Amino acid sequence: MPPSGSLQARFLEGDRRALARLITEVENGTEAGRAALRALYRRAGRARTIGITGPPGAGKSTLTNQFAKALRARGQTVGIIAVDPSSPYTQGAILGDRVRMQELSSDPEIFMRSLASRGALGGLSAATLDVIAVLDAFGKDTILIETVGAGQDEVEIAGAAQTTVLVNTPGSGDDIQAMKAGIMEIADVLAVNKADLPGADLLVSQLRALLSLLPDRAWTPPIVKLIATEEVGIDDLVTACDDHWEFLASSGRLREQREERARHQILTLARSQLLAGLMDDEGGGGRLDHLTRAVADGELDPHTAAREWIDQEALA
Amino acid sequence: MADRKIRVLVAKPGLDGHDRGAKVVARALRDAGMEVIYTGIRQTPHMIGEAALQEDVDVVGLSILSGAHLELFPAVIEACRDRGVAPENTLFFCGGIIPEDDIPALSDLGFRAVFGPGASTNDIVEFVREHVKAPA
Ligand SMILES: Nc1nc2c(ncn2[C@@H]2O[C@H](COP(=O)(O)OP(=O)(O)OP(=O)(O)O)[C@@H](O)[C@H]2O)c(=O)[nH]1
Ligand SMILES: [Mg+2]
Repeated sequence: MPPSGSLQARFLEGDRRALARLITEVENGTEAGRAALRALYRRAGRARTIGITGPPGAGKSTLTNQFAKALRARGQTVGIIAVDPSSPYTQGAILGDRVRMQELSSDPEIFMRSLASRGALGGLSAATLDVIAVLDAFGKDTILIETVGAGQDEVEIAGAAQTTVLVNTPGSGDDIQAMKAGIMEIADVLAVNKADLPGADLLVSQLRALLSLLPDRAWTPPIVKLIATEEVGIDDLVTACDDHWEFLASSGRLREQREERARHQILTLARSQLLAGLMDDEGGGGRLDHLTRAVADGELDPHTAAREWIDQEALA
Repeated sequence: MADRKIRVLVAKPGLDGHDRGAKVVARALRDAGMEVIYTGIRQTPHMIGEAALQEDVDVVGLSILSGAHLELFPAVIEACRDRGVAPENTLFFCGGIIPEDDIPALSDLGFRAVFGPGASTNDIVEFVREHVKAPA
């Protein structure tokens, strides 16, 4: 047991401020954060995780807000993570997803946290999986994860969440073509939001046509029409996610996903730790500078340089 | 790996719907490398308290133009304090249309700075950088 009064102890007692602080520690990769994760990952694994992705302004936050309310009405506790991009120039960020979720603040069983992407590509931040585990260990039944709005490359979510909802909107006709199979393949549920706007039915048929081009799979993503601003279609969305969950559980995919996620996490962390080890090593940065100049001067090819850098570190 | 960022909540309590000033401040802080949680207009003290708690911010900045600061700000501070976010552990500042005479009352509440309409965003960025609690 962690010492009483410690951050971890307060977290285990259900103290929301301790939860908020632990997320910060984990996000910042501090020693306290890592120590907590060693204990908390063992308590995680119970929560359902649902990713919400799609182009900027598609209504992801509005939809997440309604989704959370619908889950609460079913008696579930909810964690929400919303990721927004960090500026590549200043590393700062404006995290604005709470604007559409204000009404959730009256419910203490919903915990919503905004994360900046901090340079990670793919629509999440490097710490997102750890933050999911923290909310899971805190006891949240379902965790909703809103990605950075992109519509092209935010495929990381498919590896992070059990169910991925791709939000589309009508009137993005050209986007549909551009959207191609890549992003379609990660969707477990296709949401057509802003169905109050013209073109929703056209979009549904376009999506259906695109789906038919994909190779046959054991799960065919249902298409759900929504008007998130008017709470229309939310129940259908929850049902579609429940159906997908049933499929995951009954087909054994749930376990497979868990292993895929674990392997991906290990590989990602190992990669960044190896690199950090090379950089931190005494003289490692200096040797890198030396090799950099050699490659820039055309004396060495980058492949050999990388090999030498690693080998020299191993000898050092 | 350790990557400490200053997290700032920029909130707009009260009923007036003008958030241009708040957005300018949010952008300036972002451009200074901070992570700014922006929550939109018409925030109740309760909403601000919850956002400050859940987002674990180092700094809370309030913007107000309606003139209701002396009524609203004590309630905001109280809602934050109820949730463990207090001037003792978090940097509070405010800005907007605030008469000079009201500044002492706001300092007593725990606001470490009051920025008038003429304040430059540079001043605000510098103030936050200088006064934010050193990362633990
Ligand atoms: N007409 C209509 N507008 C909607 C609907 N859902 C959301 N919106 C509006 O679309 C705009 C963007 O909504 P958000 O929920 O912020 O979208 P988002 O996908 O989270 O945006 P980013 O996080 O910036 O990518 C807002 O003005 C919403 O009010 C809908 O069903 N119909
Ligand atoms: Mg959003």
